Amino acid sequence: MQRIYLDNNATTPLDPEVLAYFREALAAYGNPSSMHGFGREAAEYVHEARAAAGRLINADPDDIIFTSGGTESNNTVLSIFANEGGADVSGGDGYAGGGRSGQFSGVGVGGSGGKGAIPFIGAGGGSGGKLRNEIVISAIEHPAILETAQYLAHRAGIKLHLAPVDAEGRVRPDALENLISENTALVSVMLANNETGVIQDLTAIARIAHAKGAFVHSDAVQALGKIPIDAAALGLDYLSASGHKIYAPKGVGFLWRRKGAPFTPYARGGHQEQGQRAGTINAPAIAAFGKACALAMAKLPEDSARLAGLRDRLRAGIEERIPNTRYNGCAAAALPNTLNLSFRAAEGESILLYLDLEGIAVSTGSACASGSLEPSHVLTACGLGAELAHGSIRFSLGRMTTAEEIEIVIEKLPPVIARLRAMSTLRT
Amino acid sequence: MAESSAWVYSDTVKEHFLHPRNILRDDEDFAADGSGTVGSVQCGDEMLVLIKVADGRIADCRWRTYGCASAIASTSALSEMAKGMTLGEAARITPKQIMAYLGGLPEAKVHCSVLGDKALRAAIDDYAARNGVTLGKEKRPPVIICDCTAASDQDIMQAARDGAVTWGELQQKTKIGTGCGKCKERAMEALDEAIFEIHHETMKIHE
Repeated sequence: MQRIYLDNNATTPLDPEVLAYFREALAAYGNPSSMHGFGREAAEYVHEARAAAGRLINADPDDIIFTSGGTESNNTVLSIFANEGGADVSGGDGYAGGGRSGQFSGVGVGGSGGKGAIPFIGAGGGSGGKLRNEIVISAIEHPAILETAQYLAHRAGIKLHLAPVDAEGRVRPDALENLISENTALVSVMLANNETGVIQDLTAIARIAHAKGAFVHSDAVQALGKIPIDAAALGLDYLSASGHKIYAPKGVGFLWRRKGAPFTPYARGGHQEQGQRAGTINAPAIAAFGKACALAMAKLPEDSARLAGLRDRLRAGIEERIPNTRYNGCAAAALPNTLNLSFRAAEGESILLYLDLEGIAVSTGSACASGSLEPSHVLTACGLGAELAHGSIRFSLGRMTTAEEIEIVIEKLPPVIARLRAMSTLRT
Repeated sequence: MAESSAWVYSDTVKEHFLHPRNILRDDEDFAADGSGTVGSVQCGDEMLVLIKVADGRIADCRWRTYGCASAIASTSALSEMAKGMTLGEAARITPKQIMAYLGGLPEAKVHCSVLGDKALRAAIDDYAARNGVTLGKEKRPPVIICDCTAASDQDIMQAARDGAVTWGELQQKTKIGTGCGKCKERAMEALDEAIFEIHHETMKIHE
């Protein structure tokens, strides 16, 4: 049976070039932090990777901190703004907020006290150590942001606001603006959503946030390598990225931090990454990630156009053959590889498993498949009712996806939906 | 990777998922003697069971399910199990028996997807009500309190008899409210009533 992988937003296969380079780097076993030849050899791989990662988001390589992946990058950023008693002074950049003795743990933004006061953003600057104890995120963030922020809010007494999205899954700038105040320390909105592929207007969001003196983070895990990203031009202070979504191995990612933005290490106990991330540097995975960044950079225009064509063909083919489907997302602002459709009267886990038995891999927003009690929080935030949320299927294409595979899916899916609808208590 | 090894569910579940038995087709005229529906789309699983009764036994059975693979397979399995049983036997089919028939289900799936027994009981109660038949000691059909798990007032009564007083204890004994949780208020009211009733019974015994 021919197997077709349309779950590239979950993870991607290793690009053969990345795999070859990964193998080569694995042989260079030296610790990149060591001064001797073995160490320098490994360090060279990391150096190259840092440069490639920087190029992919048009950033200074020195501002790239390698991590274990998107989740760690996201946790790192949130923890900076949810530290008990305020933000620490970190190794290099000397961020010193206030909030040492505040009854509310919070982040002092623009503190005049402490050494090396940070370059300040926006009109809220210079207010003299005012405590900022609120975080604003979108309602459709990945659990790595959503659940972490909820936990930190609970633990550190931070007030958390969720910005709603419209029916197409876009964050509403007006609603976001209403949630940001002089108490807001951080605004975190993903660059592209993992379920719908909808791209957010981070430029507008960053402008609004900075006008009120808040820092801005974007989880760019799904956007990286799929659309051009210029971190500074977007107006970001932090950006999270992951290797295994761009044909690199699992367990590696990076956090980009604008020079001067507050920082507190998440992992302590080592001087690696300029004191910003303790732990022996995972040189081979970082090397492979760097190779993947370079490939993404080179292939982005071609990949993006080709995948958008295949995605549009998939959508048209399905909509032509299957009545009562719903497109979830915003076609005008979508990743080229992601298609999310809901099928009335059919439940997602059943669709997924029938397709699995045909050798086709997709994912669903149904509660049944995730083991959680609620269907996708992303689709629910877009206003979808239970039936459509449970009946949603995400097709995420990748570099290895072929036109032939798309035609096979277009042929195999209609009988699956017809079957489930025939046995359903619901009628379309 | 061997595609046949370690599928999500057992081979029997897979078989019933791929080839479900006794589905109610749109083009068939199944004159049911009783019908029952449980679950809700909100929770992700909804089931309809139809029965034909002859000589006090389930002569034939049809069903429809909106839900996941284990919901489909468990209803299909139930429809096979129930045929030929007396109404009393069929009314006593438990989720445990359905699971045993299917060769087991993942723990997370048991409470949300094995609702067929409750749909069947509702169909039997419907038959009984239509024909003025009394089945066993329970004269009145159970009232479903929790749409997600199909736990009824009778399940709550049983839990109360088994000593449940708090919401946590009630959940432990009945799995009630482990889906969307919306039924908590109603369930606790029903539990209070049940405890009151039991207390009353006890008083009567002492009188």
